[in-house]
Amino acid sequence: MPKDGGIGASSKRREDVRFLTGKGRYTDDINVNGQAYAYFLRSDVAHGKINSVDTSAASAMEGVVGILTGADFEGVGGLPCGWQVTDRHGQPMQEPAHPVLAQGKVRHVGDPIAMVVAESLEQARSAAEAIELDIEELPAVMDMKAALADGATKVHDDLTSNLCYDWGFVEENREAVDEAIKGAHHVTTLELVNNRLVANPMEPRVAVGDYNAATDDSTLYTTSQNPHVIRLLMGAFVLGIPEHKLRVIAPDVGGGFGSKIYHYAEEAACTFAAKQLGRPVKWTSSRSEAFMSDAHGRDHVTKIELAMDAEGNFLAIRTDTHANMGAYLSTFAPSIPTWLHGTLMAGNYKTPLIYVNVKAVFTNTVPVDAYRGAGRPEATFQLERVIDKAAREMGIDPVELRRKNFITEFPYATPVAVEYDTGDYHATMDKLEEIIDRPGFAARRAESEANGKLRGLGINCYIEACGIAPSNLVGQLGARAGLYESATVRVNATGGVVVMTGSHSHGQGHETSFPQVIADMIGIDESQVEIVHGDTANAPMGMGTYGSRSIAVGGSAMVRAAEKVINKAKKIAAHLMEASEGDIELKDGQFTVAGTDKSVAWGDVTLAAYVPHNYPLEEIEPGLEETAFYDPANFTYPAGAYACEVEVDPETGKVEIQSFAATDDFGNIINPMIVDGQVHGGLAQGIGQALLENCAYDENGQLLSGSYMDYAMPRADDVPFYQVDHSCQTPCTHNPLGVKGCGEAGAIGSPPSVVNAVVDALQSAGHDVTHIDMPLTPARVWSAMNGG
Amino acid sequence: MAKVTMTVNGKSVSGDVEGRTLLSAFLREDLNLTGTHIGCDTSQCGACVVHVDGEAVKACTMFALEAEGAEVGTIEGQANADGSLNAIQQAFQDHHGLQCGFCTPGMVMSAAALLKENPKPSEAEIRHYLEGNICRCTGYHNIVKAILAASGQDVSAIAAE
Repeated sequence: MPKDGGIGASSKRREDVRFLTGKGRYTDDINVNGQAYAYFLRSDVAHGKINSVDTSAASAMEGVVGILTGADFEGVGGLPCGWQVTDRHGQPMQEPAHPVLAQGKVRHVGDPIAMVVAESLEQARSAAEAIELDIEELPAVMDMKAALADGATKVHDDLTSNLCYDWGFVEENREAVDEAIKGAHHVTTLELVNNRLVANPMEPRVAVGDYNAATDDSTLYTTSQNPHVIRLLMGAFVLGIPEHKLRVIAPDVGGGFGSKIYHYAEEAACTFAAKQLGRPVKWTSSRSEAFMSDAHGRDHVTKIELAMDAEGNFLAIRTDTHANMGAYLSTFAPSIPTWLHGTLMAGNYKTPLIYVNVKAVFTNTVPVDAYRGAGRPEATFQLERVIDKAAREMGIDPVELRRKNFITEFPYATPVAVEYDTGDYHATMDKLEEIIDRPGFAARRAESEANGKLRGLGINCYIEACGIAPSNLVGQLGARAGLYESATVRVNATGGVVVMTGSHSHGQGHETSFPQVIADMIGIDESQVEIVHGDTANAPMGMGTYGSRSIAVGGSAMVRAAEKVINKAKKIAAHLMEASEGDIELKDGQFTVAGTDKSVAWGDVTLAAYVPHNYPLEEIEPGLEETAFYDPANFTYPAGAYACEVEVDPETGKVEIQSFAATDDFGNIINPMIVDGQVHGGLAQGIGQALLENCAYDENGQLLSGSYMDYAMPRADDVPFYQVDHSCQTPCTHNPLGVKGCGEAGAIGSPPSVVNAVVDALQSAGHDVTHIDMPLTPARVWSAMNGG
Repeated sequence: MAKVTMTVNGKSVSGDVEGRTLLSAFLREDLNLTGTHIGCDTSQCGACVVHVDGEAVKACTMFALEAEGAEVGTIEGQANADGSLNAIQQAFQDHHGLQCGFCTPGMVMSAAALLKENPKPSEAEIRHYLEGNICRCTGYHNIVKAILAASGQDVSAIAAE
């Protein structure tokens, strides 16, 4: 039976009421008294030397408050990178400067050159057109392999080359992997592209900077997934503002998917300009600007080899990847193709030897960083595609080949440095095969064929490392930040609870799911619990929301703080009932003394904490408020099995998704409705990557997909109703809720299912097609069928 | 600047606007009706859908002056008179048809226009009608389900929660 409250209940989302009535408060809805408007003049060439930026005529135009250029930011820091990767020779990565506004050179279309602040946006835009630029265009560095050739044009003249790093993992296994592959019965090789994507949250980025000269306080309203991280990065590394003088507020945020993790130039520029110009400064990104200034995702070119014995047992995996960094290092960019990608190359399988080589490359493109899944979709795609290809080459059923190699004993230490705590990959695959009626596929295919269509079935597994992550581990791996989470649980005198969390909700429904946990712990109604987040002035230092970490890390911090609160409340209850603290139990909002009929209500204890007339003041302080910082012992490892059925029109190459099923093991689940919704959204993004989305540049570095006219977002009629199942649950062993996180799974697991299905469909008609690069547009599928 | 007068959510309003001022900007900036959202600059995303004389219109495709004398409905005027959610809004909450909420006003306004012209749409008709509304969060599953439910159709057989 569905529960009607607490953990496991599909509680309806309380945040929905404001969103459904137009009462959400997004950053662009915020206007600060006296604000001026910023417009950024951006480079329209991919690579060029800035000879001069003449703002004199523009500055004299009506309404202009001020114009800032790169020179104005020479006295402050550049945008910092939060992760240093060490290459396979033990050397640090090459790390270029990233000025707030371009200095000396422009390095991608969209690189900001000048910031015009005026009384109105129209005036700012008009003035920007009057800025005289003298930019000497240079050859654009676009192709990653060409970028690494001797004598290639350099994106950064002060670096030795366009190579950010050449990473080997695990370097000590390199020769052993080479030997295993050389001696193997069969090696399946696949070369593929993981297409560049744009995250595209529906709310474009916004920044409003405000400065109070009387108090020397700066405030930034921004569309961020992690306001404390922005406060730290911008305050300490860019503008030199101590944290107690800088407040960052991320109110309702309209989706992030990774793209709102990073510290962006516009945030620093608006905060800086507000002080310089003595006016609040507001910038709202247009969608066109978003395409050329939000960090992009993916963009890997990979060769993977899978070695097997005669029975199909996996012996070794070797991968060679070029990963595009773009023109500068975005906040967490170096970690994505390395520690969030290489560590997942074991997948769900007991492959004893793995070697991953990644060359990260600078090009004249928008910086690339984490996008939903971040590194894990790239790992999953290549692994699950090569397994499918291997199954065909070996004549083994693709599901049987996977099952044969499943990891079945836990904990399991992979050869790529991570230890899976729990899982049951057969269980999720069993459930998947049941849901999709695999035996009925032949009949469905026959029916499609009778209608002149080709039908294919693609099945794959995935695993991800979520709940990012133990600080001491990520520190060893090069992170320049800790990855704990924080929560303050404040109990009011009348018993209501406010939780101030460092996690940030921008669609995930924390305002509903977090109270479900507290309600269960105390035994009060969910409506008695309120969540506060998104404001550095109100929440303790937190690392924010990404990497499917909110419930696993932020939820755990909240549990730890609530445990402290309950322990203190038990002391008070023991005093009130003149009992021993060890005998006090809390259930359904009542403290009782074990073995007696004595009880005192939650509200009586909380009142006593704030009106401490009858209170053990010599032992404990008044009040009932506790903070906890939770640093996990390990990542969590959600895993599952996905299946997609497609029909391909052989006349046009058009692919239609007929069904999509997902079985995920997320461990314990707080709100099943919200979890299903997270998977649905991830699936659409993965299907979008597989069939529709591609961020394309031409050879001169011009962005071809710069709007929704050219970048194909998935729409309602591109996707089916999904079948999702979360009944397989192996709880995480190292966090108090036993949860694993669910935000990214759908986007990680779904692209290979779609491509496997299309290849299956084409092969069923005798086409010798083993791979098509995403997105599988009608043109690409038709060409593959017709020998293109 | 020119004076424009229209009825918004049943209330007569007027303002001074430039010829180039879009209806979306007039609603957001002059009337402070910030529930109408701007998600793109090519009239693709549908976050700004409002009703003009009963028709669903992307408010970014129309100048404020073009709405002179029109009856305009926005998300702020959709709830029942007592402030409770209307049937479509309630179905969106019941079936988790929204996550970040940014596309939601446009979705609700489009859904209302659809159900007005087609009170019992099929799944395919709903998906086709929503081609002009992009959602990045929900994968559309629960939006389509919510609209089916709001039209009084049984959604209990649709997979998942």
